[in-house]
Amino acid sequence: MIQFILRRSLVMIPQLILLSIIVFFLASAMPGDAVTGAFQNNPNVSPEQEEKIREKFGLNDPWYQQYGRWVSKALQGDLGMSYTHKQPVTVLLKDRLSNTLLLAGVTLLVTYLIAIPLGIIAGRWQDSWADKLIVTYNYVSFATPMFVFALLMLFVFSFQLGWFPIGGSVDIRAEGGTFDYYISKVKHLVLPVLSGALLMTYSTIQYLRNDIIDTKFKDFVKTARAKGVPENHVYTRHILRNSLLPIASFLGYEITGLIGGSIFIETIFSYPGLGQLFLNSIMLRDFQVVTALVMISGAAVIVGTMLSDIILSIVDPRIRID
Amino acid sequence: MGRPVLTIQNLSTSFRIQGEYYAAVDDVHLEVRKNEVLAIVGESGSGKSALALSIMGLHNMQQTKVEGHIDFQNQNLLDLSLKQLNQIRGKEIGMIFQDPMTALNPLATIGAQIEEPMKYHMKELSKRDRKLHALELLRRVGIRNEERVYNQYPHELSGGMRQRVVIAIALACDPVLLIADEPTTALDVTIQAQIMDLMKALQSEMDSGIILITHDLGVVAEMADRVAVMYAGQIVEIAEVTKLIRNPLHPYTRSLLNSLPSHTGGKERLHVIDGVVPALQNLERSGCRFAPRIAWIPESAHHENPTLEEVEPNHFVRCTCYQHFYFPEEKEGEMNDVTT
Repeated sequence: MIQFILRRSLVMIPQLILLSIIVFFLASAMPGDAVTGAFQNNPNVSPEQEEKIREKFGLNDPWYQQYGRWVSKALQGDLGMSYTHKQPVTVLLKDRLSNTLLLAGVTLLVTYLIAIPLGIIAGRWQDSWADKLIVTYNYVSFATPMFVFALLMLFVFSFQLGWFPIGGSVDIRAEGGTFDYYISKVKHLVLPVLSGALLMTYSTIQYLRNDIIDTKFKDFVKTARAKGVPENHVYTRHILRNSLLPIASFLGYEITGLIGGSIFIETIFSYPGLGQLFLNSIMLRDFQVVTALVMISGAAVIVGTMLSDIILSIVDPRIRID
Repeated sequence: MGRPVLTIQNLSTSFRIQGEYYAAVDDVHLEVRKNEVLAIVGESGSGKSALALSIMGLHNMQQTKVEGHIDFQNQNLLDLSLKQLNQIRGKEIGMIFQDPMTALNPLATIGAQIEEPMKYHMKELSKRDRKLHALELLRRVGIRNEERVYNQYPHELSGGMRQRVVIAIALACDPVLLIADEPTTALDVTIQAQIMDLMKALQSEMDSGIILITHDLGVVAEMADRVAVMYAGQIVEIAEVTKLIRNPLHPYTRSLLNSLPSHTGGKERLHVIDGVVPALQNLERSGCRFAPRIAWIPESAHHENPTLEEVEPNHFVRCTCYQHFYFPEEKEGEMNDVTT
């Protein structure tokens, strides 16, 4: 098992190298650079001065030199300076990364907490009113655009009812480490998490429902029933274990979706995370920040697929490599 | 012959097809006695497996209606709640399935799957005792490296080995009745023989009743005490095995036996029964159901409303057509004899 995890992790290295090259290349192919971003519409800076700055920061060097510089520094934990924020990128990312990881992690957890029970109910009691209700919810959530739903949530629960804060990740008056601080964090999380999770459940529900319907009359389930296994245990011990396999293999895909979705969610709830930073940095051509961010989200996808593989190999003996 | 273990009366099993129910098992009466092997034979679609699943209550109940009486240990299995039925499944009645490639849970070890029925029916056993019992069962079904197999997963075993495991599961709690639903159909011929030998050996050391569902008449001749022949959901003939094979009466039974290749026979074409068992929706339910497939027999030979009749002691046949039945090639043969 450990051997498998190690080997699977080694595969990530070439993936990450390839990813970093593509990311770097794409980023430098963007129109404009940090200098045009920083000084556009500024009549006090002449093109000659801009050119001087470019030369100073090595922006005129060929891409592979810039790439080499970037990688060797990145490996030492230095992702460069943000030209617009005048801060090291690592410092800029630190709080936002943990904010986004918290938001994404909780959203994923809540998604599964909602979707797995609903998928089981819909699959086990197929065609019941509960199933019909769940399937309807599924279609509606699939069809609802995330930014519309998030705005609606914000409008109703924060603006109209005033139950939750309008934006941010924590009350600025709260002192770090105190009980109130954590309560405030949770309060700030509720709406962004629900806006994401309630719309993300559809794929898990649909896969789980269909797989349970498919599995519940399979031969090995018949064997289990013929043993006198009570129906509840038939579901938990036989059907569910098999039906969760496709869900586990979709974990990587869900993580990708979360990262894409976080741009909307974080912007709408002014939640200081990577998504919001990403959008701003693209607008400002903050090359170093964009590269780091795309790299992080790409790496998240790679790590997500690796997690899927590892989870699958734990649950499914057929794909275990000894 | 021992006392009856299972008595089936008026059993009908109907499947819902486009909103209508059609009987796949139609008014079946059967009895399985202690120490007896009752074989049920018939083509695909004759209702053999539907009958077996009805006894165990394993049909999808949203799509299926099972009516009649299945009397087992002084209770009608059809009246029991699922909870009560679960006290019988796996404990009093064991079932061996057709396809060992799909009958085992791919995610659980062999040991866990054999021990599962013990968990529910032999609660007095400790974890260690369960393992010892499982290992003993594996040895009983002819698996020699039982310690290793115990920890293996189904995909690591061959088809024959898996079927041995399926048999071990069925035997786990010493059932009074064993239902084997085509236990060799999905296996290679050489493995079939091994599994049948195993079944025979087990039969001699157990004192339970066995229902053996098969379409292999060779297996029937070798193992069964009595044979019920099913066609289109009905039993058309039932008798002791020697009687049935020496003196088959119903045209269907005769056709089945006639379709067997013989070791001594020459190079003549193998007999085939023309046509197929009609689909449930298209089945003509009045009159003799086999009549369309023996069209050369005049209509007058059939009984209008055929029932199972005891034509000889313990030999039951449905419909009167057996008295007038002949194979067309017999007639041709006679005619050829005349012309040459």
